Amino acid sequence: MAKKPQQKTKEVETTGHSWDGIEEYNNPLPRWWVWVFYATIVWGIWYVIAYPAWPLVNQATAGYKGWSTRANVAAEIEAAREANADINARLVSAELEAIPADPELNAYAVSAGGAVFRTWCAQCHGSGAAGVKAGGYPNLLDNDWLWGGTLEEIHTTITHGIRNETDPDARWSQMPAFGEMLEPAEIDQVVNYVMSLSGTPQDAQAAAAGEQIYLDNCAVCHGDAGEGDIYQGAPNLADAIWLYGGDYDTIRETVTNSRFGIMPPMGGADLSEAEIRAVTVYVHQLGGGE
Amino acid sequence: MAILDKHAILEKNVTLLAIFAFLVVTVGGIVQIAPLFWLENTIEDVEGMRPYSPLELAGRDIYIREGCYVCHSQMIRPMRDEVERYGHYSLAAESKYDHPFQWGSKRTGPDLARVGGRYSDEWHIQHLRDPQSVVPESVMPKYGFLENRLIDGEHVADLLKTHRLVGVPYTDEMIEAARADFRAQIDPDGDIDGLLARYPKAQVRNFDGQPGISEADALIAYLQMLGTLVDFSTFTPVPSR
Repeated sequence: MAKKPQQKTKEVETTGHSWDGIEEYNNPLPRWWVWVFYATIVWGIWYVIAYPAWPLVNQATAGYKGWSTRANVAAEIEAAREANADINARLVSAELEAIPADPELNAYAVSAGGAVFRTWCAQCHGSGAAGVKAGGYPNLLDNDWLWGGTLEEIHTTITHGIRNETDPDARWSQMPAFGEMLEPAEIDQVVNYVMSLSGTPQDAQAAAAGEQIYLDNCAVCHGDAGEGDIYQGAPNLADAIWLYGGDYDTIRETVTNSRFGIMPPMGGADLSEAEIRAVTVYVHQLGGGE
Repeated sequence: MAILDKHAILEKNVTLLAIFAFLVVTVGGIVQIAPLFWLENTIEDVEGMRPYSPLELAGRDIYIREGCYVCHSQMIRPMRDEVERYGHYSLAAESKYDHPFQWGSKRTGPDLARVGGRYSDEWHIQHLRDPQSVVPESVMPKYGFLENRLIDGEHVADLLKTHRLVGVPYTDEMIEAARADFRAQIDPDGDIDGLLARYPKAQVRNFDGQPGISEADALIAYLQMLGTLVDFSTFTPVPSR
């Protein structure tokens, strides 16, 4: 049997609803709650007037504050640009070679360049700049440079890219595919010779036979001793640092079909001159800069 | 309290309740949906937008089939960090030919709204084959199999027709030439004048570097055009939008 509810005080009435003898007190809401509730209503009305709110037929109400996400982001970017304007101007007008000697400019360039690198360069060269052998993306940490490792040369490479068709000033060279010119046996010999330049060939006899083939076909770009040539982007073959890999099969693939690594130009629409200079300094100080 | 007492009539009659509930929902629907047909300040007309070419559209289907949208968004929000990393914030008009849109809701990988032209085709191939080989910290699965799955574009005209059905302005000429355009886009030596007239700025090349049209060709063609249609050097955003 349900007991009748005991009322503590006479003032509190019930709502008058009764289900199966169960009744409900009609206590007033806490005072603070009611005031917060009214305050939110007032705030809501102000909010609707202040900010874009109601979609009408052709336009939404704009709000008296004239708030706009687009204007905000434009202002934010402009503010950041302005804050860095002075030092960016100094970066652009400075001699490239003199930047590392200026501690303030160098610190700025390295940190700004790091941000640029992680946005635009890390996808291929890796977030740590160690390169990706599988894709032929060069390691930027060592002092083995395909196109030169001075600030000036790094700057040119970043601005114009390599072997791309977008920028007419891109660095350009092309190794022939020797699969069409040499017999398979000759390729085997020259591959062994190239391996002997920096270590042990798979087959010493073939390597000896490959020397003449190397001098006739490869030395014009890669140099008689395999020292490479940064003016043609011809890699050094004697330093045991490999762009695509230094095992027999990989070198054989390179000699037979050649390689054609592309780097897009970062100048023009993508990066400003200050950003290019910053990332140049960043790459230069990674370890291998000359 | 008389009107509240009348409420009991609705509560006790299920048919009446259904009818009046429907009326209430209708009012809410009209208020929310109807303005979208006339609102002028949400979707602006932007020069350069065109429907997807047949190969891009096929690539887009592969993008959806493989669930790329689960980890990649295509929506650059108007915030400084996003604009500086990904490029100009996305405009509503840039996904107006997307059915369904690919804005996504989660970024396990980066936003792709402007990935077009950021990387070389070779990079995309390498990255699809083995994402970790180029981005060691990536958790993306491998998609090398796309290279081996050839597609002939047999149903690509139907695909265009379906998109026309939901409002993409494909012309009869585009649908008629769909399969030819589909094949033409991977052959820069072929006859591509018609393709480029119908789909300006379409990129024509053998995307995966291998003979035949593979799913990788279509997917990379799609990725390489993402966000490249609008020329932002001539676009002036209206701040009130």
